[in-house]
Amino acid sequence: MSDLRRTSLNDLHRELGAKMVPFAGYEMPVQYPMGVLKEHLHCRAAAGLFDVSHMGQILLRAKPGQDAALALETLVPADIAGLKEGRQRYALFTNDAGGILDDLMVANRGDHLFLVVNAACKADDLAHLRAHLAESCEITPVRDRALLALQGPEAEAALAALVPGVAQMRFMDVAVFDTVFGELWVSRSGYTGEDGFEISVPEAQAEVLACALLDIDAVAPIGLGARDSLRLEAGLCLYGADLDTTTSPVEAALEWAIGKPRRPGGARAGGFPGAGRILRELQEGAPRRRIGLRPEGRAPMRPGTDIFATAETDTPIGAVTSGAYGPSIEAPMSMAYVETGHADDGTTLYGEVRGKRLPATVVPMPFRTASYKR
Amino acid sequence: MKYTEEHEWLRPEDDLIVVGITEHASEQLGDVVFVELPDAGTTVSKDDEVAVIESVKAASDILAPLDGEIVEVNDAIVENPGLVNEDPLGDGWFFKIRAEDATAIDEYMDESEYKDFIG
Repeated sequence: MSDLRRTSLNDLHRELGAKMVPFAGYEMPVQYPMGVLKEHLHCRAAAGLFDVSHMGQILLRAKPGQDAALALETLVPADIAGLKEGRQRYALFTNDAGGILDDLMVANRGDHLFLVVNAACKADDLAHLRAHLAESCEITPVRDRALLALQGPEAEAALAALVPGVAQMRFMDVAVFDTVFGELWVSRSGYTGEDGFEISVPEAQAEVLACALLDIDAVAPIGLGARDSLRLEAGLCLYGADLDTTTSPVEAALEWAIGKPRRPGGARAGGFPGAGRILRELQEGAPRRRIGLRPEGRAPMRPGTDIFATAETDTPIGAVTSGAYGPSIEAPMSMAYVETGHADDGTTLYGEVRGKRLPATVVPMPFRTASYKR
Repeated sequence: MKYTEEHEWLRPEDDLIVVGITEHASEQLGDVVFVELPDAGTTVSKDDEVAVIESVKAASDILAPLDGEIVEVNDAIVENPGLVNEDPLGDGWFFKIRAEDATAIDEYMDESEYKDFIG
């Protein structure tokens, strides 16, 4: 694993007994001695600490006479101009074909925007921003800060013990705190379906902060394995699995990431890559649709599992993109893309697992209700 | 007790052989979340895929270690797959097989050979 990059918490992960794996060019902890299942349940019951330093942090600052929000809106269908200072919003970089290049978080921090993008996409995202926004914005990758996520019902109490001001934040608020751990850029958000925070911290102080959090009884370190089952129970997409350059926001059931002012009739309708296809699909629907599936039996339907309309038909109508056992729902769950005519909630579909057609029901997501502090 | 290269253990019990997966295998697999067992009464040949085990990480096949008949299966691990991790050599057993040739078990590794095998 010598070619892999290491986060500033690499030594700590090893001390904690993590099993390290390659992920998006980084050496990352997939699990700790507690194991994936118990880590998942711990995060839902108390609080979990995740190292997500591999993700990309980017600052976007308008050049004189320019507007960073309007500039970014040329690349994403989200309403960025309407994003208030101190607030964060989910967005998608789209391509000219209406596909998704990456999903990201955008925060309005007053005189600039702060973007958090996926690790595997961050080099491409940076190139994309530079190719399109170089004239209007200063684009600065943040290379000297780690990123931690603290998630779960005890996350607020744990972080507030160190940084009291975070208790006042609501879901998707962002704030900056001067602390003994340096300047922290905190958002009340995450990717587990739990209340919690994402904390950008100077690399030099990241381990001290992580250790201070881990010293709190409720907090345990959680690896990428449980991060995946947590986000899947929460119905959240994983870029590269559930989203890619061929899936449109409407196919992905992410219409809510298309801001009202960016829709037909809106004040700033269209004006993002692939707007023709995406806005047409918004009105007419898309040929396929991302759905949640609950297998009737206990066998998980893994990514790549073909989905059929009946137990007999030869031609699949779709396939699973994420699938696993959900430790909190105590049942298997999958996300799949299927032809839209078969995507209604309550429809029985069949997944082919080891040569057998097993029934599964189309269900609304999330599989487990989120507990955000709104 | 004998061990296969597929990380199964075989323990003679009366005229049957009890089969399960080793502690090493259960640790490598991680938390087991799903087990599918054959029906009792199934006739199997050595290396047939007779059972499926899925952990939080992946699915694996369990192979028949011998020719014979599956005479009893452990439904408890279907109901509670976590037993495979908690007690792989005891309550986490998979099935009991009546071997056509009970001496066929002798070809497999003993405990010290298996320990060398997994390093």
